[in-house]
Amino acid sequence: MPNQNMIRKIIISSLALALLIAAGISFYRSRNLKEPVVLGPGVTEVRQLSDYFSGIKNSINDCHVYILEGEEPGGSFLILGGTHPEEPACRLTTWILAENARVLKGKIFLILSANRSATTVTRLGGAYPPDFTIPTPWGGQKFRMGDRWSNPLDQWPDPEVYIHYPSRQELAYVDIRNLNRTWPGRANGTLTEKTCYAMTQLIKAEGIDVVIDLHEAELQYPVISTIVAHEKGQDLAAMASMMISGTEDFNIGMENSPAALRGLSHREIGDHTQAISLLLEAPEPMLDATRGKTDRALLLEGKDEFVVRAGEHGLLFEKIDEKGWPIDVRVGRHCSTIIQLIELWTEDHPEKGIILENVPRYAEVIEEGTGAYLFDPDAAPDSKVKYE
Amino acid sequence: MIITLLYYLLTGYIVFLIIWNLIKSKKWQDEVLYVIILIPFLLRLLRLK
Repeated sequence: MPNQNMIRKIIISSLALALLIAAGISFYRSRNLKEPVVLGPGVTEVRQLSDYFSGIKNSINDCHVYILEGEEPGGSFLILGGTHPEEPACRLTTWILAENARVLKGKIFLILSANRSATTVTRLGGAYPPDFTIPTPWGGQKFRMGDRWSNPLDQWPDPEVYIHYPSRQELAYVDIRNLNRTWPGRANGTLTEKTCYAMTQLIKAEGIDVVIDLHEAELQYPVISTIVAHEKGQDLAAMASMMISGTEDFNIGMENSPAALRGLSHREIGDHTQAISLLLEAPEPMLDATRGKTDRALLLEGKDEFVVRAGEHGLLFEKIDEKGWPIDVRVGRHCSTIIQLIELWTEDHPEKGIILENVPRYAEVIEEGTGAYLFDPDAAPDSKVKYE
Repeated sequence: MIITLLYYLLTGYIVFLIIWNLIKSKKWQDEVLYVIILIPFLLRLLRLK
């Protein structure tokens, strides 16, 4: 009988080991998936975030900073993708900018993976897809799905209560790993706080005029399809909202950054640096709590019958129908809003203007697809390819 | 960093306890339960998830 017991234990343990290996391989591949960026004609330099704060050197969040500098001096914008990597239209928008945009005047700084640690994990227990593929004329490009929070492998454990620095406001414990709750950051803080601190140093050192932080939101969240603006950027955001709603095929609102809500980019960057801080929100049904199956199709097509039903009961702050909110629509909204903000800024500040070209607008992204603006890394010289 | 290290040590200790209970167990239902709860602890120790 002892032998029989031992054989049973070995069989059960072997089955568990098989599960462990299968899951482990999937997690390892997802965490180490290389995402190529083919440097576009406008990229004049690629730096590391640690060039601005050595405290994150060699950490997973020591991300690339892509610089697009025009020949004529002007103003400077910083555009952040990947603050919340589970909002993929934001990273894709910055990808399009890095691979396509040309800057004739001024400087644009691009960060494609603001919280790279958060790109290497999906929501724990959420059964999210580990990655997704954007179809392109040359096949397709695979991206990591990512999460809202830094990977616990990189920052662990969480405290009982997260006390924001420097306001000392008490926030949800998990938000100590949320890059949009840890601004302006802290030099001797957690990885996520250090990442924000490094970006704050970048903003100060480079004299950035405007920071645009790209996001997507669930339809059950009231802050959606909008530009959230620090008081320094209210005029710019309000004008952009009016111009876009009048000239593009979509509407976008404008909201003031609440002074009492701490740690967010639209509040803290404006308070702690010279820059105007703006945050853009596009609708993403995959983030809604009442969604159905959380798969790649939902991520890319934004169609969900349960979210539609929630809308029929008046529970949403944005409309949705059977067409959903496809990724191209969400990326296109961000592209057009960035273009509009830059154009308006340049009109108001000609000496600190930015002249940007070769970035598709909303209608073009929808017609051509996001993948039409991504380039084949195998067809590019090695010196023109970076990996996120 | 020190707190993180302590948490990994704690995780390792829990892994040891689960394996010890698995070895001592007489019921197959308990054994299945032990190996299922063991997986996330091992994934964390191996720094995979």
